[in-house]
Order: sequence, then structure tokens, then C-alpha cells
Amino acid sequence: MADLKRTVLYDLHIALGGKMVPFAGYEMPVQYPMGVLKEHLHTRAQAGLFDVSHMGQVILRPKSGDAADAARAFEALMPVDVLGLAEGRQRYGLFTNEAGGILDDLMFANRGDHLFVVVNAGCQDQDIAHMRAHLSDACVVEEITDRALVALQGPAAEAALARLVPGAAEMTFMQVAILDWQGVDLWISRSGYTGEDGYEISVPDAQARAFCEALLAMEEVAPIGLGARDSLRLEAGMCLYGHDIDTTTSPVEGNLGWAIQKARRAGGAREGGFPGAARILRELAEGPARRRVGLKPEGRAPMREGTQVFAAAEGGAPIGAITSGGFGPSIEGPMAMAYLPATLAEGATVYGDVRGKRLPATIVPMPFLPNRFKR
Amino acid sequence: MKYTEDHEWLRVDGDVVVVGITAHASEQLGDVVFVELPEPGTAVSTGDEICVIESVKAASDIRAPLDGEIVEVNGDLADNPGMVNEDPTGKAWFFKMKVADLSALDAMMDEAAYNEMIG
Repeated sequence: MADLKRTVLYDLHIALGGKMVPFAGYEMPVQYPMGVLKEHLHTRAQAGLFDVSHMGQVILRPKSGDAADAARAFEALMPVDVLGLAEGRQRYGLFTNEAGGILDDLMFANRGDHLFVVVNAGCQDQDIAHMRAHLSDACVVEEITDRALVALQGPAAEAALARLVPGAAEMTFMQVAILDWQGVDLWISRSGYTGEDGYEISVPDAQARAFCEALLAMEEVAPIGLGARDSLRLEAGMCLYGHDIDTTTSPVEGNLGWAIQKARRAGGAREGGFPGAARILRELAEGPARRRVGLKPEGRAPMREGTQVFAAAEGGAPIGAITSGGFGPSIEGPMAMAYLPATLAEGATVYGDVRGKRLPATIVPMPFLPNRFKR
Repeated sequence: MKYTEDHEWLRVDGDVVVVGITAHASEQLGDVVFVELPEPGTAVSTGDEICVIESVKAASDIRAPLDGEIVEVNGDLADNPGMVNEDPTGKAWFFKMKVADLSALDAMMDEAAYNEMIG
């Protein structure tokens, strides 16, 4: 794995017995000795600690000194209300292209005099180039290269983090704060990628291992690898970029219309004005031809990514394909996401081709497991 | 116990051969969440893909280790696939088969040879 990058927590992963695999250009732990299934269940029952330092952390600092100028510029890249985001709050965002496809999905926070942005590992070089190309008149685009990013997720996350950082307990879902731990600034958001309550914490590289070890010393906290991260996010109905959404899918097809606030929609205060607006506003008004849906296969056989989906048990051409699929340890059964014709309603039966056999699956609402955010 | 290069174990029980996967294979697969078994009575040839094992990570196959006929399958595995991780060489046998030629087992690896193969 010579060409792969390592996060600052690499040595800790090895010490914890992590099984390292290539992911988005990094060597990352897919699991620890506990194993994917138990790591998943541990996160839902107690608290799991994830290294997500491979993700890109970026600060957008307004050249004018007025954060609204950064927000206005950033809004021109996304069908999302950035100007309306209150200080201390975080929001989900999407970079779109001129064709209305999704370049990446991301989180951004209003931190008073600047915006803090977290982007996917596999897209970060392209995202930073994209932001520099389009935002440089209004902002300095600062890539943060000296901080790790970890997620602490699960019902015990609040109690665990509050032992180190008491102020974390008062935060609500999608709130951000800079809080002190032993003289170090932690950039904390109450959010995550599991459907559980929890936090994402940016910590300076120099203190990252000590911070993780302080959490891991607590009985309820266990290290969790990418394997369980994937099954947790899938149960939570959350998209994985490059699989469930990409440049060929629009936000509306991706069932992410909730991420497009009123201000950017037809009739809104700042209608349109983002790449791909013509298509995206049209799809919001008329409905898309296809849409990302949840599928619950009957029986126990998982339907994996790439599985072709058919309208009938025999004959006909595929009507779509599965973009993520696997076994949900908490729902104790298989689950999948697929793009299917929008004419098919929830409750409809479709058929996935699993090893040459068409097995039935029902279109179901997502998430597969109710989320437990601290609102 | 005899072993194949595909990480199956075989145990002779009277006139049938009991087949499962090794502890090493179950560790490599990770947590098993689904097992698909052949129909009893199926005639199989060496190398036929006759079982599917899905773990949290991926799907893989079990191939028929010998020519013969499936006489019994372990129905408990379908309901409790996690047994493959808990007791791969005991309770989690996959199928029993009648084989044309029991002496074919003689050429297979014994435990020492298998352990050497997996290092």
C-alpha cells in the first residue's frame, strides 16, 4: 500500500488491531478485532469512535471581513440556503454541476466570521480546486492540513464526550462550537453519519491520539471501522457519494429535495442562481423521472450494489439498479437503495436479480431504522 | 479431517462426507449473515458452486469438493448464519454428501498440510 496516505491516527489503528484497507487514497481500518457486526451493534447500544481524518476540512474566510460575502459566494455553488444559516449552526450541502448532477455532498457551518466546510475524502482535491476557482474573489480558501477529524456516535456519546468537554452536552443536533480540552481548541459539531446522536470533532494532529485514547479508555467507547460505518449509514438511509449519488444523479433524483431550502426554490428570496438550476427547479416542480428509494428484500439474501432491478418476476428489461446494499445488523435483515422509476410507489414489489434468480423486494421509506438525533 | 484449497473441511461419517468451512475461512469472511444451501438429492460434480455464503463484507461460494450427491443440508444455518463464525468446524456444517469414491479423500490435505498452506 505504498502510494496510500495515512491519517495521523494510523499507529493507533495498528495498536488497536485494525485491519487496514485502501479507501479513497488512504489506508483506513475496515474493522477492529470486534468485527463489523458487533462494532455496528456497539455503536447503536453505546458509543463508537471513528477516524474520519481522511475527509477534507476547509475554512472559507471572507476577504471583506463580512461572513455574508463568503456565504453569498458559496451559495452560488449549491442549491442550498447558506446566507440563512445562523451562526453556530451546521447544514448539509451539495455541489452541483451545470447539468444538475452532484459533484460532492458536504457539511458546512457558520462560525461567525467564516464558514467551516467538511468534504468527502475522495473528492477533496477536486472540491478545493472548485472552491478556489469560484470563490477566490470573495474568500480565502484555507485547506486545513494539521487537524484530525473523529466521530463519536451512539446513545452514550454525550456522556462520554461530556466527561472530557462538559459543554458538549448542551449542544443540539447540527450545532457547532469550539470548546476547550486541556488547553486545545476542539471544533465540535453535534452530527454524524450513523443515525445516532453523536459528535464530529476536529482536533489538532498533535493531540489527536491522546484525545482518542482518553475516549477509548471509557468503558462505553469502542473503535469502529469503515465496515460498520457503511452499514450504520445505510440503515440511517444516508447517501454514500460515488455510489448513491454522483455526477449522473441530480439532488431531486437522489431524494435530497429536503436539502434545498425555500429561499433557493421557485418563488424563494434567492431562487436559482446555482449550477444546474434549470434542471433542478424543473424536477422540483414536475417530479423527477426516477428517484432514489429504499428497498427491503424479502428473506435474508442481501442485494448488493450493482444488482439489476426488474418490475416483474420474469421478462422485461431492468428498471433500475441497486446503488448500496447489504445486511443491516440492527434491522436484522437485508436493505438496499436503488434508483427506480418515480411512478413506483412505496409498498410496490420489485425484483432484484441475485445470482440469476429474481428475488422480491418492497419499496420502503427510509431510514430503515428511525434516527435518534438530539434535536 | 481433510481440507481443500478452497478452505473447506471434510469429515467422513459412515458412508457420507460432512462438509463445512474452516475457522480460517470464517475469520477471513467476517460475520456471516446469509447462507444458501443446495437441495438434498442434487447430483454435484467437483468444483460446482453449490452454496452461497454472504458476510457483512461480500458474497462467496462453496464448491463441491468431490463428485457425488447431496443427501442432507444443515437447515439451522439458514436461520442462524452466525453459527459459521461461532462454530465453523462443529455445529456449522453445511451439507452431507454421498461420494462415488471415498478414496479421493486420501489425496487431500491433512490438518498439518492445511495449516502450512494458510501460513
